Amino acid sequence: MKKVMMGNHALSYGAMLSRAQVISAYPITPQTQVVELLSEMCSDGTLNAQFIKVESEHSAMASCIGASVAGARTFTATSSQGLALMHEMLHWAGGGRHPIVMGNVNRSMAPGWSIWADQNDSLSQRDTGWMQFYCASNQEVVDTVIQAFKVAEALMIPAMVILDAFALSHTYEVVDVPDQGLVDKYLPPFKPAIKLTPADPRAFGGLTGAEHYMELRYKLETDMEKAPALIEETGREFGKIFGRDLGLVDPYRCDDADFIFVTSGTAGFTARVAVDELRKSGVKAGNLRIKVFRPFPFERVREVLGKVKKAAVVDRNCSYGAGGIFYQEVKSAIYGRPGMPPLIGYIAGLGGRDITTDSFKEIAADAMAKDRAEEEIVWIGVKK
Amino acid sequence: MRPKKAKKIVFKSAEEMPVMICSVGHQTHNLTGAWRNIRPEIDRSKCIKCGICWKFCPEPSIEVVDEWPVVDYDYCKGCGICAEECPAKCIVMVEEQR
Ligand code: SF4
Ligand code: SF4
Repeated sequence: MKKVMMGNHALSYGAMLSRAQVISAYPITPQTQVVELLSEMCSDGTLNAQFIKVESEHSAMASCIGASVAGARTFTATSSQGLALMHEMLHWAGGGRHPIVMGNVNRSMAPGWSIWADQNDSLSQRDTGWMQFYCASNQEVVDTVIQAFKVAEALMIPAMVILDAFALSHTYEVVDVPDQGLVDKYLPPFKPAIKLTPADPRAFGGLTGAEHYMELRYKLETDMEKAPALIEETGREFGKIFGRDLGLVDPYRCDDADFIFVTSGTAGFTARVAVDELRKSGVKAGNLRIKVFRPFPFERVREVLGKVKKAAVVDRNCSYGAGGIFYQEVKSAIYGRPGMPPLIGYIAGLGGRDITTDSFKEIAADAMAKDRAEEEIVWIGVKK
Repeated sequence: MRPKKAKKIVFKSAEEMPVMICSVGHQTHNLTGAWRNIRPEIDRSKCIKCGICWKFCPEPSIEVVDEWPVVDYDYCKGCGICAEECPAKCIVMVEEQR
């Protein structure tokens, strides 16, 4: 069934179709509509789930952890300051291996107070042991939530499904809503090997001495390393059922490209338009949209970069003192490998400033005029 | 109730550890009673056996034995919550002499 919906409601539909059993959330712009619709679904019986109201995002994640450890499929959503307030509990969910799925609407961090698109909120949480999926369309949001539950529960690793504020969260698109019966086949009920029940009381996450802690973290890392293959496998399975493959990366016209953009989120779709226009003017351009940031898709990124002459990594974020975060990760992915192109890092679109096709053309012109990777960080669209 | 003098569980490999760290005995072999500076002492002559101390002890270090509350000093951290909550005011916190 096709439906016109905003990105926020795409998250709600994803959680509904996944038959989330517990939802705990605290409202925050621009995410509020996600849990608003879910609370309506809980009250009118569309969704058979417990909706837990809490006084903060820290408590929202804490109650999700409690519900998950009791064996419930658990969902929440937040954004920016709310995600930051959850930080301690994000480590608890990742390190404790609780496969919660959370929607995060990418919104810039204050101050200055801002509600617009920027990736610094979620990228600040990259080391908490969560998978991170950056979406570029409302269709991808619905589909990814369903897939995220499947991968998260198989690996016992939580997952964030991330979308840009307003550019996606409040933008209406046509979404082919997956059939519930088929979703049920793709995503069977959550049956954890260990769970908390009164019949089998256990203490979770207690004191862990130096004789065990490293092994716990080793297991988390090695299980995370299994995620790329599993994401591709479950993505192909999704494609067979629903007609849409879900991968780690989304290359566009990269096969014969000399120059590519490396992008994420909605900027990745704008880049495609810029690629088409650049091709018309004779530049063999392409775009590699990185969808999954954690686990980082090293292999897929290398495969594409190994075939091009130059790449511009476009970041809607900044790690102050080191530059764009995707830029650093892509650089580390190709470090020491022969036949890799020079990379140039660009920062654009912070705090919701538009990244337009003109921005991409400016980036392409700048990158093509440089004959090697330079240490400088290039800012696009700053009023200097 | 927790077994006394529980043996510490040590896994030989990462593989044999549970994915979620749970039920590995840390709550039993770690005798938190050693942290205590003040100890709760219950005056049975005033105790009304209501069980409130048992319910409130966060450890939990109070057992009910033949209807009487009994503090398990191997684990009691001396937080004083039981004394605060006791409606009969029959729990006194006494300084530990170590
Ligand atoms: S002092 Fe605290 S830990 Fe000890 S028995 Fe009382 S409530 Fe429990
Ligand atoms: S709370 Fe006080 S009165 Fe009640 S059982 Fe405990 S010691 Fe006795």
